[in-house]
Amino acid sequence: METSFALTGNGYVIVAADTTAARSIVKMKIDEDKIKTLSSHLLMAHSGEPGDTIQFAEYVERNIRLFQIRNNYALRPSAAASWIRRSLAQSLRSRHPYAVNLLLGGYDTAEDQPHLYWIDYLGTSTEVPFGAHGYGSYFALSLLDRYHDPNATLEEGLATLRRCVDEVSKRLVVSPGKYKVKVVDKDGTREIEF
Amino acid sequence: MSRSYDRALTVFSPDGHLFQVEYALEAVRKGTCAVGVRGKDVVVLGVEKKSVLQLQDPRTVRKVVMLDDHICLAFAGLTADGRVLIDKARIECQSHRLTVEDPVTVEYITRHIAGIQQRYTQSGGVRPFGISTLIVGFDPQDTKPRLYQTEPSGIYSAWKANAIGRSSKTVREFLEKNHKDDLSRDEAIKLTIKSLLEVVQTGAKNIEISVMESYGKITNLDLEQIEAIVSEIEKEKEAEAERKRSRLAATAASQASMTSRASGGGEEPAQ
Repeated sequence: METSFALTGNGYVIVAADTTAARSIVKMKIDEDKIKTLSSHLLMAHSGEPGDTIQFAEYVERNIRLFQIRNNYALRPSAAASWIRRSLAQSLRSRHPYAVNLLLGGYDTAEDQPHLYWIDYLGTSTEVPFGAHGYGSYFALSLLDRYHDPNATLEEGLATLRRCVDEVSKRLVVSPGKYKVKVVDKDGTREIEF
Repeated sequence: MSRSYDRALTVFSPDGHLFQVEYALEAVRKGTCAVGVRGKDVVVLGVEKKSVLQLQDPRTVRKVVMLDDHICLAFAGLTADGRVLIDKARIECQSHRLTVEDPVTVEYITRHIAGIQQRYTQSGGVRPFGISTLIVGFDPQDTKPRLYQTEPSGIYSAWKANAIGRSSKTVREFLEKNHKDDLSRDEAIKLTIKSLLEVVQTGAKNIEISVMESYGKITNLDLEQIEAIVSEIEKEKEAEAERKRSRLAATAASQASMTSRASGGGEEPAQ
């Protein structure tokens, strides 16, 4: 079942999402990228209704880019989170709301701080040190409570993520096989072999 | 009475003119000059910028703007109109990416902009955009630089080098005389500055240069770089003038000696 995690550390945010595209009980694809790079220092993991996630993620991506071209500077993570939350809240009150849950990880180059936002389809947005969506979150959150360290190095952060992934594959009935992991820090975004 | 055709927009005069569109072109001619030069694998935009007032923030006055990662636009005419048109173009760039997952081509966005400009000459309650634009860039997966121009009437066309705005005719004639195919980066920049210097008296501090070298690679030259090129150009001009003067002096001298010989040549000793 669809699962995504994210955690902050010393100067970085790790965002991880499984790579299965499933329909009903069938796996259609196992190399789907569910983490969008919105700008040079912004990552967004999206999960939920399959069509909605891509539609909404692309819509967000293009609007973030439009802002950047119009104003000659990129939205900071907090501003991007506010804009995205508002878009979801507006969508929720329309005839056909998006059913999309998000983890928005970004690095604020102005204040040199990593930020992580947990956003759901109801338009909830909270800044968190770590977060998770999907069935995996039921297993991972307690682990993250125990092991998360906001000053951890990237290696330590990845080790914590490994614990979550292992726990989910151990306990969840239909656990996802592969994960894609991306990191954002002061140098921008990059994918990490996990 | 020609006056009455001035009032309502988008009405032909009996001799087939749309006066408002022609006035829009007049507004363009009053705007600051902008030049575009296409080289071998580079395209350069140069604009004359008005001096900013002492207390004004120069960063807020921009005449060369980015439409997308790979496309830049310079305009001449009413800045306020330019802003509106640029915003429409930027939205279209992102909208195009959203719908077809591909960046726009330079020709596509030019046609789109020209389309908007044309619409404003043919609908009620609006006036035409008082701007001409130069649009430069690279198409996705392509190495050929592009340069297009649009006008208030909605005409668009491709160029090797062109100028719009104040004294654009002088600059265009200069470009026609001096443009060669396959200019290198430095040659293209130099030609752009040289052509702008034809009409910008105040020199480097009122010139803004943007260079696009390949897809998405845009650099704005800073003042020192422009100043260096300007002084180089001035030195060349000086040398050229010097050569001309000495040549003139030489011909004058030879002519003088000829006339003195013809009139008897008293000083020369007889052989």
